[in-house]
Amino acid sequence: MTALAVASLNKSFGGLRVNTNVNLKVEPGERRLIIGPNGAGKTTLFNLITGELVPDSGSVVLFDRDITRLASRKRAHLGMARTYQIITLFAHDTILRNATLALLGLSPLRWSPLVALERQQHLMAQAHAALKRVGLDHIAGRPLAETSYGEKRRVEIAMALAQNPKVLLLDEPFAGLSIDERRDVRELLVAIPRDVTIVMIEHDMDTALDLADRITLLHFGEVIVEGTRAEVVADPRTREVYLGE
Amino acid sequence: MIDRRIAIAVAILALLAVPYAITEVYYVNIASQILLYAIFALGLNVLVGYAGLVSLGHAGLFGVASYAVASLLAAGHGHAIAILAALAIGLVATAGFAALSLRATGISFIMITLALGEILWGLAYRWISVTNGDNGVNVATRPMPFGIALTAARSFYDATLIVFLVAVAATAIFVRSPFGAALCGTRDQPRRMNALGYHVWMIRFGAFMFSGLLTSIAGILFVYYNQFISPQALQLNASAEALLMVISGGAGTLLGPVVGAGLVVIMKNVVSAYIERWNFMLGAIFVAIVVFMPEGLVPGAVRLSRSAWRAMSRAKTAVAPVAERKP
Repeated sequence: MTALAVASLNKSFGGLRVNTNVNLKVEPGERRLIIGPNGAGKTTLFNLITGELVPDSGSVVLFDRDITRLASRKRAHLGMARTYQIITLFAHDTILRNATLALLGLSPLRWSPLVALERQQHLMAQAHAALKRVGLDHIAGRPLAETSYGEKRRVEIAMALAQNPKVLLLDEPFAGLSIDERRDVRELLVAIPRDVTIVMIEHDMDTALDLADRITLLHFGEVIVEGTRAEVVADPRTREVYLGE
Repeated sequence: MIDRRIAIAVAILALLAVPYAITEVYYVNIASQILLYAIFALGLNVLVGYAGLVSLGHAGLFGVASYAVASLLAAGHGHAIAILAALAIGLVATAGFAALSLRATGISFIMITLALGEILWGLAYRWISVTNGDNGVNVATRPMPFGIALTAARSFYDATLIVFLVAVAATAIFVRSPFGAALCGTRDQPRRMNALGYHVWMIRFGAFMFSGLLTSIAGILFVYYNQFISPQALQLNASAEALLMVISGGAGTLLGPVVGAGLVVIMKNVVSAYIERWNFMLGAIFVAIVVFMPEGLVPGAVRLSRSAWRAMSRAKTAVAPVAERKP
């Protein structure tokens, strides 16, 4: 059984073809890295996989279930979680509330208008645990606006992990981080157990390469090369498209 | 926590004491008006403050409940039936209102609510066989809950106060609940909420219904307060006034709309007796609020008192080390 299978996926914005006949098969527990220059269609591919965009044709299959037309929110309930390249957090709230909202999203409790959220001991304990996992529990009560960029990146990851996903989509988790912060986030990603399948977009080849089992190279919306780390790095087309001469 | 309970108890006692402190009937009636408009503003604030959806048509919903009570009473039904049916009719109207306007957000949402509000006003004005047009509908009597007559200004105030306290408590519970947290999430980051598994539209719809419920309750109190309803109550002006209450007091805060309702009603009824151009005064006050406390009176006052407190304690600590240095 494949964790995530994308078949003949196409998406155009007007006359611009952003994804052309994209095929992707990610096995359970795999770490897949998607690379490609700016404008290669990487984030669009993520948006098609998570349902924020509807493909023109093709299919997305999650653990043998066709989810091509399924609403984004339902994909979350099937075990798909994502982070955003551009920080997409609840800026007015505390770190703890951000994590709580991630947990609440999959809990039937989210419909309750009658109980006090702060008194949901189980949920709050889970939220603290999720923050502990990324090393932010000691500042859980801090407003998000008063945190550093690196901490925000970790909140993004904490929220995705809090949902206990089967498939985790990371959109440039290292973007804009300092060397130290990169190392911290890298350790965090290495520590994610293998029952979580990870698909990751990343520009920073040095940090990301050795995290990946397999690599897919996108260029102008098409898959140019796919293979193991060594294969893709050695492929002349990779050098041509991405690494430069 | 105990401080807060004491503050709540003091506030409730103060509100209970109002008709005894100001014995003049006219002012007791003003106090009742403030409370009923505060319920309206609380309802609008659920959308404006917590859902981030600005409605300019809420006076229409307010009016639907008012007209429902007045028409049912005029048709010879009892108060209990009229009130319950008006709540039901108000909620049905809200559901329709929500279904049409929640297709959009932002400016488009404002424009749809504005248009729907105007349609309801137009109906009140022109559907003469039901609404009696410009002449309005009279309501002969006020209800007698548990045999207590609400004819006197003081007893009507007490009844309104009870409804008001229940409305504030319900809103407080609502905004602190998981649903309330989810609602604020859809205001700040709808895309993320969707990806996290929330049904953004349904959450907004639920908030709209709660808002419509409070608005209908205020509409029912309004028609019993005036014992009369005319299309004037549904005008765009009325929607804008309610919005001003929410924004001047502090959108997205529990007590902001209550303070805002007090401000607007007092300006309209009390200050207008002394200053002919009271609209001008109200305008000047709003400009001042926007300039000095853009977040609204309640959060603005909290911010100012906090920074004053901080400045005071800083002055103390700045003096202390100098004193210690003395041998």
